Amino acid sequence: MPKLPIYLDYSATTPIDPRVAEIMIPYLTEKFGNPASRSHAFGWDADQAVERAREEVAGLVNCDPKEIVWTSGATESDNLAIKGAAQFYKGKGKHLITVRTEHKAVLDPMRELERQGFEVTYLDPEPSGLLDLDKFRAAIRADTILASVMHVNNEIGVIQDIETIGEICRGKGVLFHVDAAQSTGKAPIDLARLKVDLMSFSAHKTYGPKGIGALYVRRKPRIRLEAQMHGGGHERGMRSGTLATHQIVGMGAAFRIAAEEMATENERIRCLRDKLWTGVSTLDEVHLNGDMQQRVPHNLNASFNFVEGESLMMAIKDLAVSSGSACTSASLEPSYVLKALGRNDELAHSSIRFSIGRFTTEQDIDFAVQLLHKHVGKLRDLSPLWDMHRAGIDLNSVQWAAH
Amino acid sequence: MSYSDKVLDHYENPRNVGALEANDASVGTGMVGAPACGDVMKLQIKVNDAGIIEEARFKTYGCGSAIASSSLVTEWVKGKTLDQALAIKNTAIAEELALPPVKIHCSILAEDAIKAAVADYRNKHEVVSAGYAACDPAAA
Repeated sequence: MPKLPIYLDYSATTPIDPRVAEIMIPYLTEKFGNPASRSHAFGWDADQAVERAREEVAGLVNCDPKEIVWTSGATESDNLAIKGAAQFYKGKGKHLITVRTEHKAVLDPMRELERQGFEVTYLDPEPSGLLDLDKFRAAIRADTILASVMHVNNEIGVIQDIETIGEICRGKGVLFHVDAAQSTGKAPIDLARLKVDLMSFSAHKTYGPKGIGALYVRRKPRIRLEAQMHGGGHERGMRSGTLATHQIVGMGAAFRIAAEEMATENERIRCLRDKLWTGVSTLDEVHLNGDMQQRVPHNLNASFNFVEGESLMMAIKDLAVSSGSACTSASLEPSYVLKALGRNDELAHSSIRFSIGRFTTEQDIDFAVQLLHKHVGKLRDLSPLWDMHRAGIDLNSVQWAAH
Repeated sequence: MSYSDKVLDHYENPRNVGALEANDASVGTGMVGAPACGDVMKLQIKVNDAGIIEEARFKTYGCGSAIASSSLVTEWVKGKTLDQALAIKNTAIAEELALPPVKIHCSILAEDAIKAAVADYRNKHEVVSAGYAACDPAAA
């Protein structure tokens, strides 16, 4: 019997790897110096640790350490990249392109830019969750300055073809920003080869601490940004504020471990994910959300038709998972990501995201499959929609009393 | 979402789950909500010759509080006359289950389910209904 509850929400956040935590601790106590202090050993030691971490982060994504700017997390990185580039390059044009399935940390800065007089095109993905590159190409205009497309989607785990999108952007003179919060350690990233100008990273999705992230800002060709945080001119003026040495050291260690272990780790996780999918897909009316091939190994997002997501999560409370159901959000709207794929509201309401990670065991997956089999059946026995489905009634033909 | 113990109890041990014969003249069926909204409640009542609800059954697709609200309502309507059942207000359901504000609509849906079931029963008996649109029993 595994220890309960079982954590299957690694896309929300990950625990700090104990090896990472151990490396961080001295930087909270004896190695507390400010890396900006140039006049004594406390500062020099801290600065050295920060620069080593910068190299470790750069190492995972194959870029120059000088291209890494520390931030408080991927949300700040997205804001700095999108608003910073749009404001700097607004003389060239005021049109931006993004995708409806992006994270709110991309969509909300885009909305803010619209309020500032920019124009934004929001592309619909294909039902697989992937972007049709012809539609992307067609959306580029003479006044387009920036496109932002995430590498890996946080809900459905699909991997966008950022290599080709980068080629298209470079060919048209459009800056390309990629939110890679969900992909570090899961999908390989080679910035020496990719035509990506700006890329956002987060530590806490990759077994590092919360509250720290980074933005990659390409130097060749050089990308300029309007700073969003003004102060002491840290990070070459792009992001002022005293560096959080212990967090930075943690992010560096976490990314170094990811670089060392991702190949073997991802194979193990893929086996577990496939086992989970094999186990749940024997249930009737279970639908996979998002493409299964172009997908990170640790994500499974499935809709259990005729069962509402929140009530299913209550039933499987021994599993820590997330749902696209409206009932789990403050807005009472089901997942905008699943709706953008063209999933109907029922399937969006019935979706559960399982995300597997470094500390998931095979026993955890066996337990999850058993639990789902037991409770999906129980909730369907309670569901009038399941009865109607079994009686052969097409739910779309029913006149519902809307409320 | 943190729920009260009463919601959890109704959710874990729902009362009166099931179906009554929808075509039976003594049965009234109400189905409210829509799958697109994330909740559908089906409430059925069986009314005896004295005009008393002697049995109630439900099936609900929805969140924990929707399931709990409908389960509670099946307990409350039993033994009541149709008019007494119609007097059950959503506020009483919400209060009994200590529903959080974002879940008040579940109690409203449960009240609507009672109205719809009673209206269906009364339609069958050609009593002028209160103008509430009952659902089509054939679809239930």
